[in-house]
Amino acid sequence: MTNYLQLSNITKTYGHFTALDDVSLSVDKGEFVTFLGPSGSGKTTTLMIIAGFEKASGGKVQVGGQSISELAPHERNIGIVFQNYALFPHKTAVENVYFPLQMRGVSRSKGLRQAEDTLSLVGLKGFGHRHPKELSGGQQQRVALARALVFEPSLLLLDEPLGALDKNLREQMQIEIKRIQRSLGVTTIFVTHDQSEAMSMSDRIVVFEKGRIEQVAAPLDIYHRPQTSFVAAFIGESNLIPATITSGAGRTAENSTLGAFQYAATDILADGQKVTLLIRPEHIKLSRNPIEGRKNVRMIVETIVNYGDNALVIGRAGDIPMRVRMLGADVVIIREGEECCISWMPEAVFVITK
Amino acid sequence: MGISLSKLTEKTNIWPWLLLAPLGIYMLIFFVVPLAEVAIMSFTEPKVSLANYQKVLTGALYQRVFLNTFVTAAFVTLCCLLVGYPLAYLMAHSKPRTAMLILLLVTMSFWTSFLVRTYSWMVLLGNNGPLIAFLEMIGFDKPPQLLFTRFSSTLAMVHILAPYMIMNIYTVMKKIDPALIRSAESLGARGWSLFRHVYLPLTAPGIANGSVLVFVICLGFYVTPVLLGSPREQMIAGLIGHQIEEFLAFGLGSAMAMILLVVTLIILTIYHRRFGLDKLWG
Repeated sequence: MTNYLQLSNITKTYGHFTALDDVSLSVDKGEFVTFLGPSGSGKTTTLMIIAGFEKASGGKVQVGGQSISELAPHERNIGIVFQNYALFPHKTAVENVYFPLQMRGVSRSKGLRQAEDTLSLVGLKGFGHRHPKELSGGQQQRVALARALVFEPSLLLLDEPLGALDKNLREQMQIEIKRIQRSLGVTTIFVTHDQSEAMSMSDRIVVFEKGRIEQVAAPLDIYHRPQTSFVAAFIGESNLIPATITSGAGRTAENSTLGAFQYAATDILADGQKVTLLIRPEHIKLSRNPIEGRKNVRMIVETIVNYGDNALVIGRAGDIPMRVRMLGADVVIIREGEECCISWMPEAVFVITK
Repeated sequence: MGISLSKLTEKTNIWPWLLLAPLGIYMLIFFVVPLAEVAIMSFTEPKVSLANYQKVLTGALYQRVFLNTFVTAAFVTLCCLLVGYPLAYLMAHSKPRTAMLILLLVTMSFWTSFLVRTYSWMVLLGNNGPLIAFLEMIGFDKPPQLLFTRFSSTLAMVHILAPYMIMNIYTVMKKIDPALIRSAESLGARGWSLFRHVYLPLTAPGIANGSVLVFVICLGFYVTPVLLGSPREQMIAGLIGHQIEEFLAFGLGSAMAMILLVVTLIILTIYHRRFGLDKLWG
């Protein structure tokens, strides 16, 4: 079912401050969509409007073709996992999971059995009798997830749920959440400011900035074909070079310092148009001498950060700061302060018009 | 060498104890010694025996006063809870201005001497007071006796002790994570079910703290019940005062005081086992 969740022209203002400006989005049934953006970009506000905790100043929220804008939070049948899990401290894990069923009038014996089953689904079989404070962060996270899923919600909302976990546990939970979401087929909105989380979990990513949606696309589309320089800079590492199109038909642009560039866009752009060229650091090759068939530029190496498996080389090509990613083992060819050659293929250059 | 040196410095570090000494000596002279004297008197006055305890524990009058004290303390605690809980809720969840105003009223009442508050009730409820005048005005021929009744002493004790209840519950309410309430709502709870299953259990520690404080203070309340209450329905502290001031029965009064002390300690011990005494002050 397409357009299962439909946000139409959502606006939210606080006095003179516009928190959300004309946000529209449609999400398919069973889709995993991530709201990604810096703090204050409007992603959490949008989530709270879907949940019903914030009232939109304008616009409409629909689920399955029905408007839910006028419904109170408890009438929306939406499962939410909060950042700090918000488990009830006075209830055991299984009672926490039983709670939404209890509110729906399910009998205690049946409800507790169902809650135990859901706890097993999230890998917490046998932990039901424990209170939240007797569980680790990751386990609390699973209980919160079970509680948000047990009543078969029409939507699952996850508000930065992995923020409080350490790195290894976070990666484990990313895979776990994704697995559970797939097996249940529940339509999910995931809010995060962590781009690697967004990249690894989502069917589509919605990038928020200053209360607007910058781009909605699949993770690799977002990475390789960002529509705005904000998206290019926010997702992954990037080299952004201002340029002017010199020949739209010939796919050539020029930067005053680095000279003429070939790029590989399909659309023909107007001559003289101001654009930004994106080159990802891993698409740049660093060498002692120019390489035939590539665009070559001289760069002064300023800093080398070697992470072992890979290394980041930061330098300057004329007045333009450049970053190059290379294998950690290959970094021996260059030292800080030396001049070297960096080069790339036309296919590595992506033109951003906004 | 290093170990013995550090042991030496640990041993010779008497500064904390010196700093504690003034208070310690003060407490010893003005609290421990008199208390010990009361304890000794309860066994030795007028002669060495357990007669005082026997009399207090078996005499019908004393039993009735003890029972009355506990029932009154329990009733006052209940009233404080019924009055205090909604007020604490308003304080915790109103707009800042309203909350400030209520907080100000509660603390002002708390800081006013309870003697002053007791006398104010005497004025308000007295036979020439405004309340009686009002009752006469609306047509009561013979207005009911308000002062020197169980009603007046209970009313004043609730007024005096309610701030303890309110502040304890308020502190706990303020600390409730709003996400818990939101999460309960998102899971389908509202109104009464939200209150019963989530809000009330979350505030239970505050209710327990406030209730223990009010109950324990009320058990030993002297001035207010003596000044405002009915002489026929004495509380234990009043009776102790009576024994000592009017009958000069120091032994009997001391025995009653010791029993009151032991009961209070038992209540606090049970509370401590369950919640921890350190939580009592918020």
